[in-house]
Amino acid sequence: MVAVFFVYFALASIVAGVLTVALKNPVHCGLALLALLLHVSGFFVLLNAEFLWAVQVIVYAGAILVLYLFVLMLLNLKTDERYFHSSYLYFLGPAVLGSFYVLLLLLRSPYGGAKGDAPAVAVLQDGDTYAVGIKLFSDYLLQFEIVGVFLLGAIVGAIVLAKTPKPMDAGKD
Amino acid sequence: MIPLSAYVAVSAVLFITGLLGVLIRRNFIIVLMAVEIMLNAANINLVAFSHYLESMAGQLVALFIIAIAAGEAAVGLAIIIVVFRGKISTNVDEMNLLKW
Repeated sequence: MVAVFFVYFALASIVAGVLTVALKNPVHCGLALLALLLHVSGFFVLLNAEFLWAVQVIVYAGAILVLYLFVLMLLNLKTDERYFHSSYLYFLGPAVLGSFYVLLLLLRSPYGGAKGDAPAVAVLQDGDTYAVGIKLFSDYLLQFEIVGVFLLGAIVGAIVLAKTPKPMDAGKD
Repeated sequence: MIPLSAYVAVSAVLFITGLLGVLIRRNFIIVLMAVEIMLNAANINLVAFSHYLESMAGQLVALFIIAIAAGEAAVGLAIIIVVFRGKISTNVDEMNLLKW
């Protein structure tokens, strides 16, 4: 059952990713990106990361994607006739060959390493949100604060950048 | 049980798709969307390793990546609005003011 869901999420997210890159109309690209984000959040459910699933749906699909679509509507873009790089075939060939080589290496290599202190049984006992919260506010508190300051800077920067510039002689009258 | 390498392979394919998008698309907004694809590929990797190596660190880093992606989208789209106001274009080929 899990394998069926995995195959579905994998195929759908890859197709949605390719469509995001390949479609012509920017709004269609945004909708394909929405499909990609929702299917990636499905992976998080398969991996016992329910908190990240909620964050992905709320923040990515709910906030970031709406921001993209809002800017697309605001700018009212006309679709360009030439929307790929002029020599994109030179990128495409090496990228496809390189990705097959990387896939071959990835599928053959063993993965191992020291196990951490959060096995699936312990995580599922109190829920993933509980485990994330305990870890976030103990070991990762400094990073959490840094991200908060970063987001504040991003908000101020976005407002300052996107503000309509005041005309020079507005202060006279 | 799904092997870890399957997740890593899906993530690699998505990452290369996003990288190609950054390289070949000319619309600035689509380039930013392709960056989001790459960040999502990294997130799949982090959460998969977090699950299989039984540690919470990967999920926390993925959480931070989502926060960083939100900031990147906000600032990037503000820059697009500024550029569009001045030049009436979002084609990255025409943004060459800083080119030597």
